[in-house]
Amino acid sequence: MANYSTNEFKSGLKVLLDGEPCAIVENEYVKPGKGQAFNRVRLRNLRTGRMWERTFKSGESIPGADVVDMNMEYLYTDGEFWHFMKTDGSFEQIAADAKAVGDAEQWLKEQEVYIVTLWDDAPIAVAPPNFIVLEVTETDPGIKGDTATGGTKPATLSTGAIVRVPLFISIGDTLKVDTRTGTYVSRA
Amino acid sequence: MTDDWRPSASIETLKARAATLATVRAFFAVRGIIEIDTPVLGRTTVTDPAIDSLTLEVAGAPRYLQTSPEFHLKRVLAAGAPSVARIGSVFRADESGRIHNPEFTMVEWYRLGFDLDAIIDDTCELVDHVLGPDSYQRISYAALISRFDVDVFESSIAELTVAARAAGAGGDVDGWSRRELLDFLVAEALRRSSGRVLVVAYPPDQAALARVVHDEEGRSVAARFELVIDGIEIANGYDELTDADVLAARMRADREDRRKRNRTVYEADERLLAALAAGLPPCSGVALGFDRLFMLSRGLPDLASALPFSFERA
Repeated sequence: MANYSTNEFKSGLKVLLDGEPCAIVENEYVKPGKGQAFNRVRLRNLRTGRMWERTFKSGESIPGADVVDMNMEYLYTDGEFWHFMKTDGSFEQIAADAKAVGDAEQWLKEQEVYIVTLWDDAPIAVAPPNFIVLEVTETDPGIKGDTATGGTKPATLSTGAIVRVPLFISIGDTLKVDTRTGTYVSRA
Repeated sequence: MTDDWRPSASIETLKARAATLATVRAFFAVRGIIEIDTPVLGRTTVTDPAIDSLTLEVAGAPRYLQTSPEFHLKRVLAAGAPSVARIGSVFRADESGRIHNPEFTMVEWYRLGFDLDAIIDDTCELVDHVLGPDSYQRISYAALISRFDVDVFESSIAELTVAARAAGAGGDVDGWSRRELLDFLVAEALRRSSGRVLVVAYPPDQAALARVVHDEEGRSVAARFELVIDGIEIANGYDELTDADVLAARMRADREDRRKRNRTVYEADERLLAALAAGLPPCSGVALGFDRLFMLSRGLPDLASALPFSFERA
């Protein structure tokens, strides 16, 4: 992988820092009038999602990280790994562990397409689509016609996720859910 | 169609900018400080280790876009002028960012017979004229970085390296020089400061063109100050060095330092040295970044929106 100099730093650049793959989020050039120039950089650790802050001497280089985001279809889990398949026609499969799947686990639905982040060809993160349609498997009985009171109740979805839904929702309904906030959007 | 033809500042901002420039000129006028429009193109430039000049070829000879009017103003003073000022463009190669523009407006002035405290008061008065009055917190360079458990006079380079890493320095920190480590720690200490901070008592090797004096504990410190407002460097001033031999020695050291780090080595300005040899009267001077001060006065988010045309729009 190539090295990147601070003057090539920009938002989205993937770099290796302390052995961890990171994406640059913010890069600011700062120079004391009479002093050394620096680049103050905010980076997101792509494995943990944590934000890091580092200051580099302007002109220094750090190694790039071979990180790619790829669309992949979720196939199944064997309990230890979650298996995905590339959608580029290669049918190539990869197995992601619990650490890589992280919070996305509650949104994993067979045949749905996810963004899998690969670092040196190994999965390190899985991101669900912003919206997903899932079936309700468990909730209190629906109150027919109650679309006005604004009350909510918990509902368990087919993937295991629990979301707050309006009172009129029943088991077997399919719902559109915003995975970024974990909130109910509408009936699908 | 793009909007690239438009100024980077709004018309309302440009009106306010004109008014602020008038405020600065009035400040000088009532104090009998005369404005000298020194050249933008000089035969030589600064040897400062951390400032790179833009070079042009004019009529077959190299010329340098001036990084500050300091050398020309001091030559005017040595020739017998009263206190002098200049308001105008200066240039720094490769300095570009949210609060950096390669060309910017510097307000620089020199007061005959002033010591460092007097020029600090003068600077604060001008700032009060532009931003409105407020209090100023005065802190020594040593006290500023003591929060990182380092001592600017005593700490080894290894201790400074550990402190810099802990404060978020990244990359090849082990390869940083003592000066680079200190620059980083000071910048870290100041970046989150709020209000108006006056940093004084710089280490002697950061004297630049300031006299070196003794502090209360008998240690050598530079008679230099910086004004930082809300974490942004606004002004840098000195009780000016007037000894030509000391200046010549510093310029030699600067050039050696630049040579070692493979940076362009600029010739020492012999005419400035000759002016000091002829006699620069005791004085203090300060350089103030007008665009930054104006940006703060208007609550603008970046330098571009305070400039008629930022580097990208110029």
